[in-house]
This record gives sequence, C-alpha cells and structure tokens, in this order.
Amino acid sequence: MPPIKRTKFKLSSDQLMEMFYWLKLIRAFDMRLSTLVKQGKVRSGVYTGIGQEAIIVGTGFGLRREDFICPLHRDLGAFLMKGVDARTMMSQMFAKTTGLSKGRDSALHSGVNELGIFGNTSMLGANLPVAAGLGYTFKMEKSDNVVIAYFGEGASNVGDFHEALNFAGVQQLPILFICENNQYAYSVPLEKTMAIDDVAIRAEGYGFDGVAINGNDVLAVYQATQGALARARGGDGPTLIECKTYRWHGHSEHDKAFYRTDEELAMWKSRDPIPTFTTYLRARHVLDDQKLKEIESKVEATIEDAVEFASSAPDPSPEDAVSDLYA
Amino acid sequence: MSKELSYLEAIREALAEEMRRDPKVFVLGEDVGPYGGAFGVTQGLHEEFGDLRVVDTPISESAIVGISIGASQRGYRPVAEMQFADFISCGFDQIVNQAATLRFRYGGRATVPIVVRAPSGGNVGGGLYHSQNPEAWFIHRPGLKVVAPSTAFDAKGLLKAAIRDDNPVVYFEHKYLYRRAKGPVPEGDEVVPIGVAATRREGSDVTLVAYGAMMTPSLEAADRLAKEGVEVEVIDLRTLLPFDKDAIFRSLDKTNRLLIVQEDVKTLGICAEISAVVMEEKVDTLDAPVMRVAYPDTHPPFSHILEGANLPNADTIAAALRKLAAY
Repeated sequence: MPPIKRTKFKLSSDQLMEMFYWLKLIRAFDMRLSTLVKQGKVRSGVYTGIGQEAIIVGTGFGLRREDFICPLHRDLGAFLMKGVDARTMMSQMFAKTTGLSKGRDSALHSGVNELGIFGNTSMLGANLPVAAGLGYTFKMEKSDNVVIAYFGEGASNVGDFHEALNFAGVQQLPILFICENNQYAYSVPLEKTMAIDDVAIRAEGYGFDGVAINGNDVLAVYQATQGALARARGGDGPTLIECKTYRWHGHSEHDKAFYRTDEELAMWKSRDPIPTFTTYLRARHVLDDQKLKEIESKVEATIEDAVEFASSAPDPSPEDAVSDLYA
Repeated sequence: MSKELSYLEAIREALAEEMRRDPKVFVLGEDVGPYGGAFGVTQGLHEEFGDLRVVDTPISESAIVGISIGASQRGYRPVAEMQFADFISCGFDQIVNQAATLRFRYGGRATVPIVVRAPSGGNVGGGLYHSQNPEAWFIHRPGLKVVAPSTAFDAKGLLKAAIRDDNPVVYFEHKYLYRRAKGPVPEGDEVVPIGVAATRREGSDVTLVAYGAMMTPSLEAADRLAKEGVEVEVIDLRTLLPFDKDAIFRSLDKTNRLLIVQEDVKTLGICAEISAVVMEEKVDTLDAPVMRVAYPDTHPPFSHILEGANLPNADTIAAALRKLAAY
C-alpha cells in the first residue's frame, strides 16, 4: 500500500490557482450567508464552514464526476466543487424553487445523483452507512471510482460511524473517511466527548489506516487525499484522514459560541488556511497582485449573481408541501 | 400451474426470480449468506448468486438500511433483511429519516427503491423481542410504503411488487405463517399490486378488516357467524400504507358495520386510523360504532398462557362480530 503522508504530487500553476479560487469562493459564500442571516434574508439552517475550507478543497480537488461525495452540514463548498452552481446553492438557502430541495429543506439536505453528491439528514453520521452502500456498488462493479465521506469528530461518537467503518473495513471498500475535527460538537469540546486525542486512531479498530493531519493546510490535505485515493482506486480499501481544524463561527449562525475563549479563536485565526496558501503561491510566483484581484472580482461577481438570482427566484407554492413524497 | 408453496418458500422464490431478472437486485442482512437466514428464507441464494449479491453483514441494522439507501442512489434495488422485525428499531433512523424523506428533500429528483423485510408477529413463543408487530411506526411516516401479506400468493406477489417499486417499502412477513400458510403463487411477471386489498369472503351483514396472521382467526370467526345467520365480509388489507380505503368503503355500503382486527397493540394502530377515516368520510353509512379487536397495550410475553391471553383469536373476534351484528 502506498503511504499516505509521503505521496508525491505535482500541481501545475493553473491547478494551484484553481484551488485558490475554490478557497476564496467557498469562504466568500459562507461569509455572505452569515450576513444574509443577520439581515433576515435567509431564515436559518446556516452552518458555515468558515476556517475549514482547506479540507473541502484539498479532498475535493480533481475528483471524477463518477466519484461520490457524502458531505456534512458545513460542506457547502463540496457541492460547488462537485458541480452544483452557486445560483442553485444560494437558492437552496433562500428556500426557493430553484434550489435543490425546492424549498422543502435548507442547508445541505439534498443531493444530486448525476453529480455524485449525497445529501445527508440532520442526524450526523447517518451519511456514513450510505457512503458504505455507495462504495459497495463500486466494489460490485469492480470500478475504481471512490466515495469521499465527511463527518465531524462529534459524529464519530455516533453508532452509524462504527457500523459504517466496520463494514467498510470488512469489505475493503473504496472510501475515504474524512474527519473534519473542528474541536467542538456544538458547544462541547473534544475532551468531554472522547478519551483520545486523535479520531484517526479509531481506524485501527476497523482494520485500516488512519492519519491525523493539519486540516488548515490545503496541500497537506491534498497530499494525504492523493495517497488514500490511490489505495482506494487500487482496491486496497478505505482510509481515515482526520483533518485538525477549527470553525470560526458558532455551530449555527445563531450560536454566539460563548463556550470558547477569544484567545483560542485568535490562535486558530492565525492559522487561517487562505493567507497561508496565499503566501505559498506568492513565493512560488504563481500568484501576484493582478491575479489576486482577478480572482477576487470573479468570486465577488459569482456571489452577487447568486444572491441576485436567488432573491428574485420563485417561492414554492403551498401545494409543494405535500408533493414529491412518492415516485 | 398447480404448484403450491409455503409462505416462506414464496418469499424465497420472489427473491430468486427478481435477482435473476434484474442484476441490480441484491440481498443483505445478518446470516442471509451460506446459512440461509435465521428462518431459511434466503437458502440457496448464496449458492446461486454469490458473495457480492447475497451479503452477510455484521450485526448492524442501521448500516444494513443505510447501505441499502446508498446502493439505491446508484440504481440498485437492495432487499435488506432485519432478522426479526423487533430489531428494526436499530435501523429506525435510516428508514424514517434517511429513506422516507429523500425524494421530498431532493425536490423529486431521486427515488429510493429499497425493501426492508421484517419478520414480525407472535404466537411463536418468541417473547418480548422476537414477537413484535411494529408496523404502526412506519405507517406514521410519509414517504414509506408498508405491506403485510397473509397468503403465499401475496407473499410472493407483494415482494416482487415491492422490489420493483421506486419507493422504500417495509415488508412485514409474519413468522407464524412461514410454514403454516401454503398455496398457489403467481408465476412469471405477475405481481400483487401495492395498495389493493383483497376480499377473502363475501358477506352483507358486517365488514371485517384484518391482515397478516389475523386473517386465519378472522375467517374462522366469519364461518362461525355464518352458522348463526350473520354473513361477514372479510377484507385482507395486504397493504397498510397506503391502505385501500375504497375497498373498505365499498364493503361498508353493503354492510354498514365495521370490525377491524390487528395483532399490533391497540393504541394508535392501523385500526385507529381506519376508524378515524371512516368517521370522517363515511359516518353516514354506519349503523353501529366501529369496533376493534387488537392486542392489549402490553408487551408480548414468553409464557404461552400469557401470550395466548393477549392474542386476538377466533373466539374474541366472533364475540366482537356478534356484538356488532346485534347493535
């Protein structure tokens, strides 16, 4: 099996810039959503992943259309990267008919099978058995497609986590289990919910490798992902990658997060994945002021367009409250 | 054409035929592989279809359902076995929150063609956790279909219909009937449509609605009443969600009296729902109050004396019919 940590990779300047674009877009999207909640334009159901973007970009970059992702509730960016356009995602948050759920639910409770995106419920960890089922079909077909299943460290305490990872280990399924360890399960810190430091060591109990990495370093995440992808595509089974990170906002936009200190937040903000990557790109002469400006304008225009589109999109009709229950 | 199968063999034949017809159909559950299932329902399937399509799973009911949901999102039609219907509580969240809501929250853009087989019912000395009738939990959940056959013919025909259905179907197979009910079965592509009741006995004085293992004592009670000059029309619901309201209403137009029998505990069972619908829409046809015979609101005890005291039987049903006819 190829090692996870030392997998070699080569990214072109264009690819690096694309990663940078996604980081910026996902950050801007969540920041805008946060503002829209404060303005009362988006009702609720906003769980931002601000501060955690490197995980989505590092794991989601370069996936195939046929690969399936099973995002968690902070992973709006994963939908964008897998091919759902910004207008549709903004419409989803505005509860408009142009959103994925047509107003039936907000947030990320919807998926797109054609793009390989599964939409989870609010029952955290419940996407993991589903990921096992998706991975099982790839195994049946002897295909080298993979499933990327995201969960928080909080969800790793749910029974579904155990049942899914156990099955994936027994069946050697092509799945990357990506733990976004942001230190808090809503208000409860990690040390109160598990007696271990690293979720990654749980993988050993299921017969596959787990690795804990810096989740705020997009290239570290990318590198670990490439190693795990090579294993999964090669029929060598699942891998657990624990990405240590921190969410800047509360659990939801309504949560003021009084359970943590300003110092702690400041410390993690100093590890913001975007400036780190910006410095890297500048040092490599991939990014300059001109290119930065271009990307920022593109991001701004995309978000503006999405908000404009979603604001003026049609609301659902009352009849839609009881339709689409049965095929 | 005169082939007769037991109820259990009929279920097995439905599985085998559907697996031969459609390579996307597979079965999974505890002990369903070479062992052939706790009751022998899947005997021979592993030999014919192999490891990949007859999957022995760990004791993980939630994963069994979640895996099925995942596979269904890639076009598969999994049939999940709960070893006993009692254990379905361990897979409850995946059924009621993941499967039942998926199409709704996907804006009608996806289907969930899974079947969850649940061996239910008492009178087999199973005690508290091998005798339950948890169908009411699922008829309370929009997005699901629920069936409960009483004959070998329906066991096969309804399972084939359930497998071909694009919605999640919970299929309650009654353990008491496995080797006791025998009869002809549909051949070839014939299925028993979901949502259609069957009239098992014509009559003009009282309508008796029942399903599953309650059909035998219901028909026996009807025979007794016939000797007393009361003609009972006996309807086998076959599908509990959506139940065949029209069949019940048509019968009520003749009889103006309704008795509903269920093996499930009395409070908030399907009897209560049918009764409420009749009160709302058909009260003008009634010459007597709707009556129920059901399991008392208690747990299924192990002692045959205690269990016998709880189970509805031909005596208790006949007594209710007499009361109703004389009202």
